[in-house]
Amino acid sequence: MAVSEAAGGWGATLLDLALVAEQHGRHVGSAPLIEAQVAARLLERLGVSGAELLAAQLSGEEVVTLGLHGSRGGMLEMVPAGTLATRVLFRDGNDVLVLAAPAERTRIENLGKMPVADLPTQGAQVLSSGPEAVAAFETAIDEWMTLMANALTGISDRSIEIGVEYVKERHAFGVPIGSFQAVSHGLATARTWADSAKLVSREAAWAADADSERFAELAGMAFGLSTDAAREASFRSLHYHGGYGFMLEYDIQLYWHRAQAWPAQLGNPDVGFARAERARLNRLSKGA
Amino acid sequence: MDFRLSDVAETFRQQAAEFIAQHFTPEMEQQILETGIHHNWDFHRALAAEGLLAPGWPEEFGGQGRSDLEMIAFNEEFQREGAPMMAQGTTIMVLNIILHCGSKELQELLIPPAMRGEFVIALGFTEPESGSDVAAAQTRAVRDGDEWVINGSKMFTTNATEAKYIIMLTRTNPTAAKHAGLTTFIVPLDDPGVEVQPVHTISGERTNITYYNDVRVPDVMRIGDVDKGWDVMNVGLTFERSGTWDGYVVRLQRALETWATTPDPVDGHLPIEDDVTLAKLGRLAAECEAVTLLGRRSAWVVDSGGMPGVEGSMTKLYGSEVILRQGQDFVNHLGADGVRLLNEPTAPAKGEAEFALRFALGATTYGGTSEIQRDIIARHGLGLPRGR
Repeated sequence: MAVSEAAGGWGATLLDLALVAEQHGRHVGSAPLIEAQVAARLLERLGVSGAELLAAQLSGEEVVTLGLHGSRGGMLEMVPAGTLATRVLFRDGNDVLVLAAPAERTRIENLGKMPVADLPTQGAQVLSSGPEAVAAFETAIDEWMTLMANALTGISDRSIEIGVEYVKERHAFGVPIGSFQAVSHGLATARTWADSAKLVSREAAWAADADSERFAELAGMAFGLSTDAAREASFRSLHYHGGYGFMLEYDIQLYWHRAQAWPAQLGNPDVGFARAERARLNRLSKGA
Repeated sequence: MDFRLSDVAETFRQQAAEFIAQHFTPEMEQQILETGIHHNWDFHRALAAEGLLAPGWPEEFGGQGRSDLEMIAFNEEFQREGAPMMAQGTTIMVLNIILHCGSKELQELLIPPAMRGEFVIALGFTEPESGSDVAAAQTRAVRDGDEWVINGSKMFTTNATEAKYIIMLTRTNPTAAKHAGLTTFIVPLDDPGVEVQPVHTISGERTNITYYNDVRVPDVMRIGDVDKGWDVMNVGLTFERSGTWDGYVVRLQRALETWATTPDPVDGHLPIEDDVTLAKLGRLAAECEAVTLLGRRSAWVVDSGGMPGVEGSMTKLYGSEVILRQGQDFVNHLGADGVRLLNEPTAPAKGEAEFALRFALGATTYGGTSEIQRDIIARHGLGLPRGR
C-alpha cells in the first residue's frame, strides 16, 4: 500500500501509513513493516533505477529493507530486518547502493528480540548516484523516523492503558494503588508526554504531503519526542506493576523492550533532534 | 487531519503583529522591567479602541466573533512579543465568568465600560492560607440588608494597583461543607477598607497581598447564587488553564537560535557547530512544537463545542515544565555565562535562559500547581480514583 497505484501499490500517504504504524506499535507487531514500506517508497522515488527491484518486492520475490547507517569497516551494522531481508538499500557518500544479503548471516541478540543483523557490504551495487539520489535516501530516513515515531505512540498508548487498568485493580494498604499520587502523577506525566509526542508525530506524517518544507524537521522532532515518551510510559507502567512488572509473564515487558530497542536501531533521541535542528536552520536560512 | 491554522487565522495573526509593532514601544518594555507590572494603560486603551480587547467575543459585546483557533494565532503573537497583556487577560476572564454566571444587571453594569478599556479587573481566588486549595477560602462575606460586608485577605493579587475591581471568592456559610459555603463577588479596590501591599517575585513580576476591612458591596455585585461560588469558580479556572504557552517557549527559542548562529564576539566560533548545542536546540524546537500544538488542540476543543478540561491541564503542565526544563538545561549549557541576567548587555541569548528558569518557578505554580494539573489529568483523563 505504500507506493503509488501506477507503481502497483495503493497510493497510501505517509499519514495513512502512520496510522497503520501506530497500530503496529500498539500490538507490538513483529513483522518488518516500517522498513519494507520505507524501502518501497525509496525505490519508487529513485525512478527507473529502482523500478526492477520494486516490482520484485511487490511481487513478494524480494524482501527489501533499509540500512540506517553507512558502511563501517566493510559492514552495515544493526540492519533492521537484516536476518530476513534479501536486499538492503543503504547510502555511501553520493551513492545509494543495494546489497544482496548473503545467505549466511548471524542474528544479533538484542534487547528488543528484533531480527537485526550486521551484514558485510561486499558485492553491493550502486543503484543511483548524485544529489537527487542522496536526497531520496535522506527522505527515506525521515520517513522511517516518522513511522517509527507513530509506532512508538502506539506503544505509549497501550502501555498507559495497561498501567491504568493495573493500578485501578491492584490494592495495597487497603486502597487501589492508583489512588496514590506517587502513582497517578507518574501516569499523568506519561499521558501528557504521550499526547505531546503523538501530536507532533501525526503532524510530521501529515507534513510529508501537506507542508513538505517542514517535513524533515518535524520527522526528527517526532522521533525524539516519541522515543522519550514511549520509554517513560512503558517504564512507569512496568514499575507500577511492582515485582510483577519484572516478570516476563506480564505483557508490559514487551512494550518496555520495544520502546528501548525499536528506535535505537537508528540511535538515541538526540539523533532525531540534531537532524531536526539542522533541517530547521537550513529552512530558516533560506527564508522559507 | 490538518495542522495548519486557517488563512483567516494567519491574517489575524498578521494584524496582531502590526498592532504590536505600532503600539508596543521600547519604553513600555523598559517600564515593565522596572515596575514588574505587566499592564500599560496606553496599550490597553489602544487595544480597546481597535476592538482587540476581546476579539473572541460576540460583536454585540464589542468583540469580533473570532473562533478560538483564530484567537490562538492572535494570542501566540502577543505572547511571543512579550506585550503587556496580564490585566487584559484577567479582565476578559472575569468578564467571561460574568457573561456565563452573572445577572443581567451586573453584565450591563460592567461589561460595556470594561470593553471600552475604562478599567481592569484583578483575581482574588487564592489566600495566604489556601494556595492551590482554592475552596478553602476564609475571607468572609456577611449580609447586611442589601449589602455584603467583606473581611479577609487575598494573596497574589497581581495588578491590584491598576485594577478598579477584583473578583473575589468568599465564605458566606462557614457551617456548610467546604465547597458549599462559598459565594463570588465583584469588589471595588478603591474602597478605603482595602489595603494593598507589594509582593516582589523571583521573575521580577510585582504582585500583591490585599487586605479587606469591612468593605461593603451592594448585592448586585454578586455573581451567581449565594453559596454557589464553587460552580462559578469552575468556569473561571477552566478559562485560566486553557490558554496557549507557545509564546514563552518561542521567545526562548528565538533568542537561543540567534545566539547559536551568531559568531562569538571574542573568538568568532559558531555555537551551532557544536553537536551538543545542535541537539539541545533540536530538543527545544521539538518541545516548542508540542507546546504550540497542545495550545491549538485546546482551542480546537472549544471550537468543537467542548470544554478543554484535561487538554487545558496538559497544556499548562507541559508548557510550564518545558520552560523549567529548558531554562535549566541552557543555564547549565552556557556555563558561567548562563547566570548573566536578562537584559544584561553581555548576557548570551539576552539572558532569556536564566529568565525562563526564574519565570518557570512562578509558571509551574500559578493557575493551579503542576500537582493540581496532574490530579486533574489522572482523575478526569485516566479515570483513576481520587486520592492523596
